[in-house]
Amino acid sequence: MANISSNFLGIKSPNPFWLASAPPTDKKYNVLRAFEAGWGGVVWKTLGSQVKNVSSRYSSVDYYGKKVMGFNNIELISDRPLDINLKEIKECVKLFPDRAMVVSLMADNNRKAWHELIKKVEDTGAHGFELNFGCPHGMTERGMGAAVGQDPEIACMVVEWVMEKATIPVITKLTPNVHSVVPTGRAVVKAGTNGLSLINTIQSVTGVDLDTYVPNPYVAGKSVFGGYCGPAVKPIALKMLTTIAQDELTSKVPISGIGGVSDWKDAVEFMLLGASNVQVCTAAMKFGFRIVEDMCEGLNNWMDEKGFKKLDDFIGKSVNKVTHWEDLDINYHHIARINQDKCIHCGLCHIACEDTSHQAIKLTPGNPYNTYTIIDDNCVGCNLCMLVCPVDHCITMEEHRVAPEPINWIEWQKRGLPLNDH
Amino acid sequence: MAILNNRLSQEQYAENFSDEKPAFENKTAAIVEANRCLFCYDAPCIKGCPTSIDIPKFIKQITTDNVKGSAHTILISNIFGAGCARVCPVEKLCEGNCVYNLLEEEPIQIARLQRYSSEMAIENNWQLFERKKSTGKKVAVVGAGPAGLSCAHVLSREGIDVTIFEKEEKGGGLMTYGIAAYKVSPEFCEDELAFITSLGGIDIQYKQELGKNLSLDELQKNFDAVYLAIGVGETSKINIPGEELNGVVDAIRFIHELRTQDFNKTAVGDSVAVIGMGMTAIDAATQSKRLGAKEVTMLYRRTEDEMPCTEYELSIAKQDGCSIIWLAAPKEIIGENGKVKSIICSKMKLGDPDASGRRSPVDTGEIFTLDVDMVIKATGQKPFEELLNSLNIKNVKGRISIDENCATNIKGIFAGGDAVNGGKEVVNAVQAGKDAASAIMKYVLSRIHE
Repeated sequence: MANISSNFLGIKSPNPFWLASAPPTDKKYNVLRAFEAGWGGVVWKTLGSQVKNVSSRYSSVDYYGKKVMGFNNIELISDRPLDINLKEIKECVKLFPDRAMVVSLMADNNRKAWHELIKKVEDTGAHGFELNFGCPHGMTERGMGAAVGQDPEIACMVVEWVMEKATIPVITKLTPNVHSVVPTGRAVVKAGTNGLSLINTIQSVTGVDLDTYVPNPYVAGKSVFGGYCGPAVKPIALKMLTTIAQDELTSKVPISGIGGVSDWKDAVEFMLLGASNVQVCTAAMKFGFRIVEDMCEGLNNWMDEKGFKKLDDFIGKSVNKVTHWEDLDINYHHIARINQDKCIHCGLCHIACEDTSHQAIKLTPGNPYNTYTIIDDNCVGCNLCMLVCPVDHCITMEEHRVAPEPINWIEWQKRGLPLNDH
Repeated sequence: MAILNNRLSQEQYAENFSDEKPAFENKTAAIVEANRCLFCYDAPCIKGCPTSIDIPKFIKQITTDNVKGSAHTILISNIFGAGCARVCPVEKLCEGNCVYNLLEEEPIQIARLQRYSSEMAIENNWQLFERKKSTGKKVAVVGAGPAGLSCAHVLSREGIDVTIFEKEEKGGGLMTYGIAAYKVSPEFCEDELAFITSLGGIDIQYKQELGKNLSLDELQKNFDAVYLAIGVGETSKINIPGEELNGVVDAIRFIHELRTQDFNKTAVGDSVAVIGMGMTAIDAATQSKRLGAKEVTMLYRRTEDEMPCTEYELSIAKQDGCSIIWLAAPKEIIGENGKVKSIICSKMKLGDPDASGRRSPVDTGEIFTLDVDMVIKATGQKPFEELLNSLNIKNVKGRISIDENCATNIKGIFAGGDAVNGGKEVVNAVQAGKDAASAIMKYVLSRIHE
């Protein structure tokens, strides 16, 4: 059995799965249930200014029968009295000393407020802080949340205030509602943050009610931009994570990966791209805390299969596999192959290629089943057919190098090799 | 042993004749199933449908909350889409071709999804079609069955006024009179018919029978074209001794009776033998059992490999507790006081393939006897050969001969459906009606310039 225990900035947890700062970590009742279910740690829902929430708070995007492919919320930071939160945090730490207790913070935008809040939270025995510089709604209008994270200078200033006072590790959570997460990431690392986490939610409108014409979520005939998360945002999160993991400066600090992590495979992908652990919310909100069981077991089995003894053995392993386009090998070529024994003749590969790609899949009429074959000369190796094929491993891509030696775009241009030749 | 009606309580009848393949309970259930559909291109299921309904499209439309569009997609190809969803042998048509079969997975429940959309159209009386401007042409259709109504609906849409002449008291043909009651109820048939005719331009004259109170000459005089969709008649004679005995019943007449009166009025024997293994044989056997017969035995002279009914139909019969004797050919029906007492069958074996390509049954010389008080013949329906001959309509053993334009030997007279094919599925008749409608359109419009 592999060792899946995690050590993030000295904050130890039996597994790398933390619940992200969100409604599931709003109070003791939920957090104890999460710990009982096996979660490695929690980031307690953001403490800070006093707020008032509205109803409703969530909306989602469904996709062909799958519910909550993307999830959107307009809930603010914790709306419970600070004293109660602090008392409950303390109790949870005491009851589950082996789990990570990180507390998310978003104080009013002045040094004193941050210092006071830090002091109070440290008294609970919590193990670390996560600075909420990402919340895209409600708090930004008051100069907090994403308003801080979107401006590297302000972010830097706030982190400096925090580092003056904090005696436990500080993680800064980045907003994705920027062109690039790197400038803010660099600024806060320079300011001394011990770690980074990303991404927070992405501003969104999930849809419009076709009867009332009011976008969702609905609040008395109106709506507001919310924060988008869940499986739909995972690819965006992975990209942003990669930029942080590749940057010379930001890669110096540990990263906690967030954004649509729903199962152990997602978690492994985040970790391969540089996250030391992951934070989960939407999947738990959809299915409950029990999902952590398979996350642990799946991770363990995968690590055993791959021969990894501990998490550090694979964290970051894929970071340098993402390169610049001009570094790609132009001589690499592959062609789709359809396994006729597996083909169920649905024609999806054909119509996708025929209508939207390169007319590389030939239809030979049959009754009732047509036969589909690849026209090698037309196939550009784009993968589309393989992606739309409903049968596992029916369409595979077969390597057919143009030439044995690799050549990239820069070299290609240098040699004056032909362009637009397909 | 006796042939009796009123064998069961009203509750038992209601239970026995309740919907065999109920519709989806709710929208969620339908959408879960609809989302399984892969949306195949040039889909094999469409090729399995004689009316070529764009199945992937109508299923996709259920998933996008466009049920009205879904119903239109179905009904534009098959105006009996709702009825066919209940009576089609789908496992050898659309569902049989579903690509999921190749994954050894359950095929998409196309029929139930089709029912979902098309019945919603009927229930809500969605007007999905508009008639084109009148062409001023009139067409007579003989027979308000699936072929006749399908033809009439297309013609009416194209701006032709159609009058249908029907010998029965109600329209729908076999759908109303010849199919098991647990598949389609009289109410459903009436609703479907009302929906079809709600388009307008289709007038149905009932109790009008060709060769009796309806003359083909008159029709030719008064209409621009005539479409004969007269179907086929009662069960052919099996020509064995005892066929005339009291208790020997024609399956078509038996089902007709059952479909036109309360269940407790239809009499059935204690022990029933059903001859044949087609869909009508199954409908007769299962319904005998459901009417309260103690024993029902189906006799078929070939084996399961050659049977005309589908596996699914056979499974209904088996689940209803009907016994099946393969390789059994009726030889003689024995009577007592003019009533059926038993049936003697020859034991058969399979010989060489016959004209149908199926191995033909050969008498082994051995016999066996079954004690029964009722024998239902379901060995194929007899076409209206004499009637056609008297009208000088060219036919082969009662099957009307038509050319590639659905035209008979008499100019302006077209034909289709069971009257031409000898008796196939409802869905085949619907397609025949569509084919005839386009041929008739061409014919009547070409005559505008004559």
